[in-house]
This record gives sequence, C-alpha cells and structure tokens, in this order.
Amino acid sequence: MAQVTLNAVRKVYPNGAEALEPSTFTIPDGELCVLVGPSGCGKSTMLRMVAGLEDITEGEVSIGDRVVNDIDPADRNIAMVFQNYALYPHMTVARNMGYGLKNRGMDRGQIAAKVREAAEMLNLTEFLDRRPSQLSGGQRQRVAMGRAIVREPDLFLFDEPLSNLDAKLRNQMRIEIRALQRRLGTTAMYVTHDQVEAMTMADRIIVLSNGHIEQIGTPNEIYEHPASTFVASFMGAPPMNLLDAEAGQGRVTLPGGEVVPQAGVNGHTGAIKVGIRPEDVAPSAQGDLSFNVDIIEELGAQRLLHGKMAGQDFSVAVPKDQEAATGEMRLALKANAVHLFDADQGRRLG
Amino acid sequence: MADITETRVTATPVARPRKRIRWDHVADHAILIAGALLMLVPVYMVFATSSWDAITVHREGMQFGFSDQLGTNYDAALFEYGGFTDSVNGVTMLANSLILGLGFAIGKIVVGMMAAYAIVYFRLKFATLAFWMIFTTLLLPLEVRILPSYEIITSITVFGLYENGMGNSYAGLIIPLIASATATFFFRQFFLSVPEELIEAARIDGAGPVKFFIDILVPLSRTMIAAMFIIMFVFGWNQYLWPTLITTDESLFTLVRGIRQIVQSYADGSETPDYGQAAALAIIAMTPPVLIVVFFQSWFVKGLTESDK
Repeated sequence: MAQVTLNAVRKVYPNGAEALEPSTFTIPDGELCVLVGPSGCGKSTMLRMVAGLEDITEGEVSIGDRVVNDIDPADRNIAMVFQNYALYPHMTVARNMGYGLKNRGMDRGQIAAKVREAAEMLNLTEFLDRRPSQLSGGQRQRVAMGRAIVREPDLFLFDEPLSNLDAKLRNQMRIEIRALQRRLGTTAMYVTHDQVEAMTMADRIIVLSNGHIEQIGTPNEIYEHPASTFVASFMGAPPMNLLDAEAGQGRVTLPGGEVVPQAGVNGHTGAIKVGIRPEDVAPSAQGDLSFNVDIIEELGAQRLLHGKMAGQDFSVAVPKDQEAATGEMRLALKANAVHLFDADQGRRLG
Repeated sequence: MADITETRVTATPVARPRKRIRWDHVADHAILIAGALLMLVPVYMVFATSSWDAITVHREGMQFGFSDQLGTNYDAALFEYGGFTDSVNGVTMLANSLILGLGFAIGKIVVGMMAAYAIVYFRLKFATLAFWMIFTTLLLPLEVRILPSYEIITSITVFGLYENGMGNSYAGLIIPLIASATATFFFRQFFLSVPEELIEAARIDGAGPVKFFIDILVPLSRTMIAAMFIIMFVFGWNQYLWPTLITTDESLFTLVRGIRQIVQSYADGSETPDYGQAAALAIIAMTPPVLIVVFFQSWFVKGLTESDK
C-alpha cells in the first residue's frame, strides 16, 4: 500500500515531441485514480512512466516514500493490466499468474497457494489448467487481473483494460474491478478514454489533454465544476452544450439577443462561452430561452432533442415520460445550470 | 429424419441416374497424377533396382520389377566396409550424415535465434546495418565463397584444438555451413510480430533478457523452430560439395558422398560398380529426411503460416 507522487514529471520523446508537460499530483493511499483524455493526450505515457516502461525525461516519480526513477519495473512492486491482456500464450492460467512470483524465487507451494486464492477471488478456479486461447475475453481479463493480484503490489496500473471487451461485459468488469480494488485497498492508476468508466470508477479523476493536466478532482467536482471547456465537453454524455455569447453590462447575451439567466459575469466583458448541460434544462412554456428542435433521439430512459439555440447547436435531454416534438419550444434552466468560460483559453470564469 | 432419407432414396435414381463427369476435375486430376508419377516413379525405380545384382543393372539399366537381392544389397550397403581404406560402412555414413544434418540445423537455429533476438529487442547502434549485412550473406552462399572458406577452415586453430586446422573434423564440416542469414531472417520477422505488451508484462514480472528469451520467446517460437529445423536438416543432410571438399578421411564421409563413392569405382575402371548397393544406399539416404518431413508436417505448415498470436 502506498501513495503515488509525481513531481514535475515531464516526457519529451527523442524526436523533440513533448508528450507530457511537467505534471505534479499525489494519489493518496488506497485511492483509484483515473487518467482520462482523448488518444494522444499523454495518459498512457504517464502510466508507463510510473510503471518504469518509459524513461522519465524530467521530474520525480515516487511510490510510497521511495523515488523510483531509476528502479527497474520488476522492483517497483507494481502490477500492470494491459489492454490486450498480454498473457503468455504458451502458459496455463496458473503459470501465467505465478510467473512473476516464480521469478522472485518464491517456492512452488507458496505460489500455488497464492494462485489458488486469487483464482477463487476471480472465479477462475476451474480454468487454472487452460491456456489463454481457450478462454473468453472476459476470462482473459480476469486472468490478467489475477496475475496482478498475486503479486500483492503497492500499486495497480490499468492501461485501458476494458477496451477490448463488448459493452455488456465492460459494464460488468467495471464493477468487478472497482469492487476488487476496494476490497484489496490497493492504490490504483487507471487509464481510459471512456468518460463513463472514469466517472463510475474513480475516487479521483485526472483529465488530460494534449500533454497537460486540465483538471484533477472527484467525479462530482469534475462534473459540476469543469475547469475548462475541454473538460466540460469531454466529461458527460451527451456532452455539455457550449454557446458563444457576449458579456457586458452585468449580463450575458446570446447572439439572437436573448439574455442567459443565472449568469453573473463578475465584471467580465466581451466574448464568452456559456456551458449548459443537456439535462440541466427543461421544456417550459414560460422558459427564458427559445430552442428549435430538429431531431429527436430515443434512448429509452430519456430522449435527446437536438436542434439550435441562437443559431448554435444545442441538445436537451428530457425524461422518457415527457412528450417532445420537433419545432420551436421554450426552455427553462434548472438551478446552477450555467457555466461560464473564457472564450480564448476556455478557462472557467468564477 | 426418416422422411428425408426416404425422399432421397426414391428421388435419386429418377433425377440423376449417374453422377455427371466434370471435365475440369478430370483435367485437374490428370495433371496432379502426372506430377505425382513424375516425382514417385524415379524413387520406385531406385527402390526396385536396389533388389538386383550389379551385373544385371550394368547390362540392362534400371529395373522396374523386383529380384531376390534386396536383403543382400541393403546388408552390404549398411554393414560392408568399403572405400579405399576399408574404414567406412553404411552405418558410419548414416551417423555422419545425421551429425551433419542435426549439427547444422541446431546450430543454425541457435545462432539465428540469438542474432534475431539481439537485432529485434536490443537498442544497438547500427542494428539495422548489422541486419542488412547479415542479410547480404544470402547473396553469398557457401558455393560462391568456397575457396576462401576452405582456406580459412583448413588453417584455423581454435584454442589449441584442431592443430592442423578444422579439415577432417565435424566442426569443419558444420560450422562454415551455419554462417548464413536464412534462420536469422525468419526469426527476425517472427519476433517482430510478437506483441510489445508481452515484453512489458515480462519485464514487470521480473524476467530479464535471458529469462524472457528462454521462458517466453523460445516456447512461443516452437512451431517456427520446428519448421526451420525441417528445412535446415534436409538442407544439411543433402550437402555434397562442402563435405567432399573438407573431408578426405573416409571415416567422416556422409551418405550422399558414399553413393558417389560406389559409382566412382566404375570411373576408376577397376570393377563393375555395385549398382544395387548404390541404389540401396540412395534409398537409405532418402529415408530420414522423408520421415522427418512426414512426422513434423503439421508443425511445419503451422510454423510457416500461422503466427500463433
């Protein structure tokens, strides 16, 4: 068990590309921290530097109270689960799980006991003598987890472990991984590009974009107070609506001349971005905003109305029991629905 | 179930009295049969001839039918000492051929795998250059460089061993043949197809370069190794020019060489060459490669076609 600290860690590839700007943060002991961002944002690079698979250009990585920059991956006491499982195809499940322990020089009886214990935890007991090729995707993923568990590491590293699974299995494994991590109480770093995974699994989310950290926070913080337009549009499905607007005379005006309620501008004037989540507005005859619905998407539990507000794309989510039709309608905002962002940098205002 | 069988039974004779002859199939089969005969008839003829005595073969040529000399010829081919010094029989030659074939195949696989491992998995300076230099040796088979190779092998001494050079030794027979790029090339291509994550997982599992090679890479390559082994064994077994050149000691003669030795006596003009024995020896020489190919066939196809994840 250990906390993980990155101190101004930076990664520059030999060709000069900066994969990760100097980043500093601490993951407290026992937390599951999700690194999320689009592909190429540096999240995998960060994970691989913690694992020791990638050189650290600058800065320090510590696991527990030990700086691990120059320590071999095998000696960092970590375990990693890969996207394609990376099981050894010629070894049985039991040998796959025990291989790391064998390399540590643990004796056979002890290895067998640990493997059996992990297999029981993961419902793999009956598969111990099979080869990975005889297992389904979900079972292989479990074996990969088993291989991580038996090492009793200080830190779990997950590199998009669920990306190769189908949607249903993904939901199930998400819960299993979360439950397992809670039970073992082991610190974990989890890389994904899927914001749903990030929101549902994380104790703490780190949102990355283009090699820098956009925001660090609990899922709730990230959702309720996105630090930038990038975070606002990346986290949440459907994504937050972002409208170009004008601030002046203490209020925010949309291009058509409608005033956005709830928007305190704190003296900011000029171009501004207004963010409103699709589920934070509701159709209402007395609503302040006009909305023109073009397309209705049925999702079962809710409906998505896609259309235009003040000439810009806008979406609204309504519960399934609320009737909806294309054409003009009025929308009312729920409480605390408006987020304001700087128009150039995309930083949050206020 | 019963219904279906019934209808078929009654319907078949009415609708289709006979199976139509597909002429394109006939043509295909004719070509295949002709090809098979072309390959098999000579082998059969050699086998048939090996049952005749030398005089008949000398007078009437290769034979189609069998005679009564089969046992005698094989017995003589295997156990009768012959050659100029009377120091070699068929069994010695068989052993020599096996040593050459196995030594060559194993040596080549070991060297090739290790070279490919170095090239693919280690960040070496000039790795690409090294690979292309190795690759270029494909253009320089032993036959091209046979004179300098002979010169080197007969004059080299290794740690005081082989005082008179490596001529007339198994080492001299095998080592120069091993130096070529085919195995390195095949293993390089195979290693490149092994997923990167496997190495990373092994690193985290605490496997160093040697462990990774032995525990992971070698088992993963086993079909590839089998395929290489077959090709290399047959290639080594069939070597003729180099063994002829480097071994003058008859106790080191290989089978391929021995066959010639029997026929050679005719050219020397002294006596009727023992054609029956030569044919018997040829059959004996053919058998081990054929057996190896038959037994390892499925591995062979797997190794060359499937990359086993």
